Amino acid sequence: MQPKYVIGVIVLLSGTAAPFIISTYELSLLGRFLALSILAMGIMLTWGEAGILSLGQGVFFGLGGYCLALHLKLEGLNLANGDMPDFMVWSGVSKLPAFWYPFASPIFSLVCVVIVPGTFAAVFSWLVFRRRVGGVYFALITQALALAFSTLLISQQAYTGGFNGLTDYSTMFGESITTTGAAKVIYWITFVLVVGAYFFLRWLLASRYGMMLRATRDGENRVRFLGYDPVPYKVIAFSIAAMLAGVGGALFTLHAGVVSPALVGVVPSIEMVVWVAVGGRNILWGAIAGTLLVNFAKDLISSALPSLWLYGLGTIFIISVSFLPAGIAGIFRAGSSEDRIVRRFLTRRKLSSAE
Amino acid sequence: MQESAYLLGQVFNGFSVASLFILAALGLALSFGLMRVINMAHGEMLMLGGYLAYMTLQVVPGPLGILAAMPVAFLGAAILGGILEWSVIHRLSARPLDTLLATWGVSLVLQQAARNMFGAIGVEVVAPTWLNHTVSVDSGFFKGLDLPFTRIFILIVAALVLGGIALVLNKTRLGLYVRAVNQDRPTAAAMGVNARRIDLLVFALGTGVAGLAGVILALLGPVTPTVGQSYIVPAFLVVILGGLGSLVGTTIVSIIIGLFTALIEIFVDVSVAQVLLLVFVILFIQIRPQGVISIRTRALEG
Repeated sequence: MQPKYVIGVIVLLSGTAAPFIISTYELSLLGRFLALSILAMGIMLTWGEAGILSLGQGVFFGLGGYCLALHLKLEGLNLANGDMPDFMVWSGVSKLPAFWYPFASPIFSLVCVVIVPGTFAAVFSWLVFRRRVGGVYFALITQALALAFSTLLISQQAYTGGFNGLTDYSTMFGESITTTGAAKVIYWITFVLVVGAYFFLRWLLASRYGMMLRATRDGENRVRFLGYDPVPYKVIAFSIAAMLAGVGGALFTLHAGVVSPALVGVVPSIEMVVWVAVGGRNILWGAIAGTLLVNFAKDLISSALPSLWLYGLGTIFIISVSFLPAGIAGIFRAGSSEDRIVRRFLTRRKLSSAE
Repeated sequence: MQESAYLLGQVFNGFSVASLFILAALGLALSFGLMRVINMAHGEMLMLGGYLAYMTLQVVPGPLGILAAMPVAFLGAAILGGILEWSVIHRLSARPLDTLLATWGVSLVLQQAARNMFGAIGVEVVAPTWLNHTVSVDSGFFKGLDLPFTRIFILIVAALVLGGIALVLNKTRLGLYVRAVNQDRPTAAAMGVNARRIDLLVFALGTGVAGLAGVILALLGPVTPTVGQSYIVPAFLVVILGGLGSLVGTTIVSIIIGLFTALIEIFVDVSVAQVLLLVFVILFIQIRPQGVISIRTRALEG
């Protein structure tokens, strides 16, 4: 057996057995960070493979999280009776807003977790890409999107819970979600989805579609000259990333018991990119490893020295991007001769295009 | 107050917001035209200008302190900008998206440094008394219109800076070089223009102007570590819609966006206005993806 299969099996086994090995607190952290790594794999798809840098993944993360949170707030309430979530009562809302009603159905909410971010991302990115606006422009527009989304959430206090977001859930499908047993189940669901997303993306990137995506990244106009329209490829990649972000957001909401504008704004959105930058933007497992590594480091540093973390984060950004563009995963792959040739070709091309 | 006076007041507000956008976006746009990179730490140059104004006023109190603060802020921000360009941006400029991320890291470090040095709450810069006047219209069609003198001052500063930059770009040898590198870098370099030095100079000039804008921001509200952030996202949108490194485009779009936000805020609150601004930008791209002013070129990849 090749070493990489051995490592794979060990990771799968230890991931499955984690709830029995580590403490409840560590499990809750691991669960959260694995949920985030689903989103990170989406960033790897758009940024690493398609060359689309999005600084607004927090928006799709938030859409997924809020879609589930709307349901969790309604669970156990008798809507026919005129019951309302607690924060609405405090804000003096007299009647549950109409858009909340469908979310009383758990199935509807779960479908929305995927469909809402996916559809929104598809429409948004199509409008931008069809006019051949991309690169730096797209990154800045998505950042403006993240800013607008988080300010909107904060200002519409009566409908979204405002700055505090939506929190204080108790049950889903009639089962309590706050017990230790439930935490394990949620962890396993997360783990299965991470593994599922990993193999799905592996398959996708190895397919003809994945090749077209990389071709679009490396030479969009050449793709056009060959008779292909690159727009659908980019839109699909961006939508898949948004769906993954939505799933990650919903799972994170379950683990953390809260979703709030503080998790979806400009700064968190750009932090998501750094996970992938550290892990390795072109290697799928790098995205997962980077997410876990940066977040555990953040947990350690920010609990000990809060002000140090922002210096650390800033420095990680500068160093990883300047000196380690292939990330940590790139160190492991740097040895192969094929990779060296590709890299030499890429650096030369980039230098000439900059001139 | 009359409706017409209120409306005119909002239009005036729009112009004063627009002049801040111009000052904030000018450096971004010029450097973007030359190097195709965006400096995400540009907002922190506004912040730096604000803090430098605060410190200058500690040293030079009195009515003319604010005038002394301007060159100080300009030079301070320009020097920091020059260091940033030389150490980070120039090295990464072949990879624009990576430059974006690295400069964001710089911005985080600068914000945290400001938080450690001056505290998170922010410091107050008191406007001198000669700025504390209001021009009021007491009679006629616009009865009840109040124009705070600070806002008029902002307009004057923006107009002077804009005029100065336009003169430099159009009448001096340096401006000729800048335009040459902007249009065709390899050819300009072949003619003996030191493109590297032009990059550095223009970048420092742009961050200096942002520092100047920071002094003005300090007159409008407290200087906090994140003061630049609220102006920098609209400034990025200005760069997107303005067209590559175009002074005229930047000015026009700043005025459009400033007026748009000021007038739309009559009808909806600030957060909805932000969403509508984004919708406006995306619709604008549908009509003119290359920006308001675009240089005619046969090159496919800009």
